Amino acid sequence: MEIKKPAAAGTLESSDCMVTVEPGENGIELDLESAVIRQYGRQIRKVTLETLERLNVTNAYVHMVDKGALDCTIKARVECACYRASGEKQENLPWGGAIQ
Amino acid sequence: MINPNKTRLRRTMMFLNAQKPSLIKDPYIYQPDSIMLDLEDAVAEKEKDSARYSLYHALQEINYRGVERVVRINGLDTDLWREDIRCAVAGGCDSIRIPKTEYAKDVKIVEEAVIAAEKEFGRPEGSVLIMAALESARGVMNALEICDCSERLFGIALSGGDYSKDLQTTISGTGVEFMGARQHMIIAARAAKVQCFDTVWTNLDDMDGFRRETEMIHSMGFDGKSIINPRQIPIVHEIYTPKPKDVDFAEKVIREIDEKKALGIGVFTVNGKMIDIAFYDGAKRTIALAKASGVYKGDL
Repeated sequence: MEIKKPAAAGTLESSDCMVTVEPGENGIELDLESAVIRQYGRQIRKVTLETLERLNVTNAYVHMVDKGALDCTIKARVECACYRASGEKQENLPWGGAIQ
Repeated sequence: MINPNKTRLRRTMMFLNAQKPSLIKDPYIYQPDSIMLDLEDAVAEKEKDSARYSLYHALQEINYRGVERVVRINGLDTDLWREDIRCAVAGGCDSIRIPKTEYAKDVKIVEEAVIAAEKEFGRPEGSVLIMAALESARGVMNALEICDCSERLFGIALSGGDYSKDLQTTISGTGVEFMGARQHMIIAARAAKVQCFDTVWTNLDDMDGFRRETEMIHSMGFDGKSIINPRQIPIVHEIYTPKPKDVDFAEKVIREIDEKKALGIGVFTVNGKMIDIAFYDGAKRTIALAKASGVYKGDL
């Protein structure tokens, strides 16, 4: 999946996270802000990078502000931001495939 | 084969915006019978896509501990509902709620899409049930044909906001504007042997009004109520829990009918009341509800 334009998904509400993706040229650059970065930073990064890999996003700048999101929310916000940034039509989505 | 969940207990069906992680991460702690993860009215137009990703992963990863997971899809007059169904079925939802149902064909259209999604995502055929929300005068008038049209349909629900607009009136809090719809719908649902659910009560500052309305719909025969706040759950459950004297009476009725039937006796008395076979199903329902509510520990 190609990130063609900047796009965001999520909110800054509790239990959520705000994910912004922009076109990149040097692989994946992930910038994470979280109040629990010491406790969960590694896990948040892992979930984010795995989600990007499943979507086959290889070049992007990703900025995430985490407000205590569960893994399922992180995946959902990253996927949504990437689909929005790709401009791809959001029909016949690969539920259970690239989205899982 | 009929899905055994078709007749499960549904006293409280709580709406939750599927797009809000804080709402959908742990609603089971309030112990509603069902949650209705909403992709429709609660979700802003520009967040319709986002809500689906959120819904899918919540269904896949959150253990809702036996609470039924219903998904309210967008209306058939939008270009969103087909993907909503794919997402919900792939995620593992228990049921689909169709908004603005007016005709039996609306249910059949959704049923076809659900069957296709079950096949696509490897779910057993018939595992996803359907309920229909009636939100217009046309829908209410067609209640019986809607109830009768699909083996998957477990019930119908009144959706009062849109219905009152269609009736060209407003919600008064007295229920007078819903009188005809409620009566018509419960009769249609019972004729078709499916469940019937009442509309939401939106004024959270008037819990006495909520209690009165719940008592009324309980007396009318409704199976439960759509709710919007966890504070409403214990009130509904209290009203729907059979009283000890009712459980005691129901138990006696069942035992007496079983015994008297073997002796060839058709009519007799229990606690001074004349009883015959017509009381049997009602007594069975009372015991089932008492069991589900945790107030019956007998052996029936």
